[in-house]
Amino acid sequence: MKPSEAARIAWEAILKNKVRSVLTMLGIIIGVAAVIIMVAISAGTEATIQEQITSLGSNLIFVQGSMKRGGPGQPPTGGLVFDDAAAIEEGVSGVTSVVVEQNASETVKYGDVALEEISILGTTSGFLSVRDMELADGRYFTDKEIDRKQKMVVLGSSLAEELFGEDDPINQVVTVGTTKMTVIGVMEEKGTVGNVSYDSYIFMPITVVFQKFTPSMFARIMGDSIRMIYVEVDPDENIEDIITQIELLLVKRHDLTLDTADFTVTTQQDIISTQESTTSAFRSLLAWVAGVSLIVGGIGIMNIMLVSVTERTREIGIRQSVGATPNDIRLQFLTEALMLSIVGGLIGILVGVGGSYIFGALSDMRTVVQPSSVLLAFSSSAIVGAFFGYYPANQAAQLDPIEALRYE
Amino acid sequence: MSESRKIIETVDITKIYGMGDISVAALNGVSIDIHAGEFVAIMGQSGSGKSTLMHILGCLSKPTAGQYFLDGEDVSQLDKVELAGVRNRKIGFIFQAYNLLARTSALRNVTLPLLYDHVNPRTIEEADAKAEKLLEMVGLSGRIHHQPHELSGGQQQRVAIARSLVNDPVLIIGDEPTGNLDSRSGEEIMNLLHTLHAQGTTIVMVTHDPKIAAHTQRTISLLDGKVDFIKHNGEAAHETL
Repeated sequence: MKPSEAARIAWEAILKNKVRSVLTMLGIIIGVAAVIIMVAISAGTEATIQEQITSLGSNLIFVQGSMKRGGPGQPPTGGLVFDDAAAIEEGVSGVTSVVVEQNASETVKYGDVALEEISILGTTSGFLSVRDMELADGRYFTDKEIDRKQKMVVLGSSLAEELFGEDDPINQVVTVGTTKMTVIGVMEEKGTVGNVSYDSYIFMPITVVFQKFTPSMFARIMGDSIRMIYVEVDPDENIEDIITQIELLLVKRHDLTLDTADFTVTTQQDIISTQESTTSAFRSLLAWVAGVSLIVGGIGIMNIMLVSVTERTREIGIRQSVGATPNDIRLQFLTEALMLSIVGGLIGILVGVGGSYIFGALSDMRTVVQPSSVLLAFSSSAIVGAFFGYYPANQAAQLDPIEALRYE
Repeated sequence: MSESRKIIETVDITKIYGMGDISVAALNGVSIDIHAGEFVAIMGQSGSGKSTLMHILGCLSKPTAGQYFLDGEDVSQLDKVELAGVRNRKIGFIFQAYNLLARTSALRNVTLPLLYDHVNPRTIEEADAKAEKLLEMVGLSGRIHHQPHELSGGQQQRVAIARSLVNDPVLIIGDEPTGNLDSRSGEEIMNLLHTLHAQGTTIVMVTHDPKIAAHTQRTISLLDGKVDFIKHNGEAAHETL
């Protein structure tokens, strides 16, 4: 029998049992669609993270304090202090700017509205450019205002809306904890970067945070502690070299060695690689889940093909009586299984690609259909069809013609 | 039509089912000759071995011992694949239950054997032309696209006869071809077989009905796996046409 004949017979057999064929294909359709949609979601997530991170600039170094609390009555040991930032700016070559960050949280009140546990971000003037943020309204505080510990705040976009609604917040006075402060600006909406949503933050001069919100009795001796120093470097400089300089400078200042350092230095690149390894782990998990559903689909095909072989025993007997060889019968059923899974695979691609776009449009997750996943899902559905179709086809080929003709 | 050419020659054919102590000999040394152009009936009670003999003559199974020459070729030792080839090119079957493919047109049922002819592959057009000619010959030219369920029993059996002829076989084997039909349709089918016989086709028909067997030239009667007697029905059969 010619392959074209086998294909025609298989196609006719599929059409003769439309409902059963569709039910059989359902497993493959779902499997293929699942692979495509899941890979599209994880690729979309990855692309979003990538964009957020690269929008922050790749020439950024993060120095983060790893402060250990002291025992009762003992000062906390280690951590970064405000003066470390100035030392880095002066003592390390290739640095273009240094920005400092310290966090706290307090209740913020305006009129009748009181919001608890609002994150406070104390920074210096370069923060906007380092984090690639912009103001929607008003202005940011200047170095001079920071030095003078001016009671000024800039509101995140969602915080401003919660406090003021439609009103203009500029020059209004809000109460942070017990301190009255003047609003001088509102941030542009930023969304979530990494896992931080700056939109709900309140920004103020870092000196005010030291004075009002993270006072320490040890500050006079050790300096005001800070959470993070952002170091922006000249893109032409060797970033590894600058990291080494920062580390050596800080261990010297803190009177430690590199092995006992009380801070960590990471780069944008480190964060990107961490994100990449998380998302690729996520992606391979999804691929496994989808792969399992493809195998389940394949078992469905085998199941139905076995039923089909039993049901069509008489047909097989008739074909054998007019001269079909075991190979002819095997080819016929194998072609049918293959065609079911290929047609299922094609429908699955339509559902998967369509589903990815619909999912991307309806939810706030982004989806990017990967051509490689379409190819992979389709070829594995064909392999699944051939693999799980072989056993039933072989069963059919082994039938004895006399027994098969007698079958009622 | 050469009287000397043997289409079927069996030598001491034995068929044993089962193994060891519980084995049963369905055929026990059957030797028969059937010549080209003959119309022969094989008769016998159920259990006489006539179905087993038909299966062996039709190359659907192999004898346990003995030799079977079909059209001069020893087919008793062929494997499954070779037997399928012999069925395909040398034998046409007509079954009691017609055995047409359901939901398949009369035309596609008739072309079915050509699909499996690996020695002389035909194009679809050649196959269709031949099948249409045969369907016309059996009187179904107006129904070539009908499916079996749209045809009467007699019409279905005619499709089966057309199918049995499509590969120009040397032998037609009928297994109770009128068994499922009313007497009028049965008569028509027997007339059709007579016509084929008159055109030189060799026909072997298995039946338990003496009236049907009387249509043939010769009756081979089996009993307990052996040839009981062979009766010549003479030319009377032809004259009843």
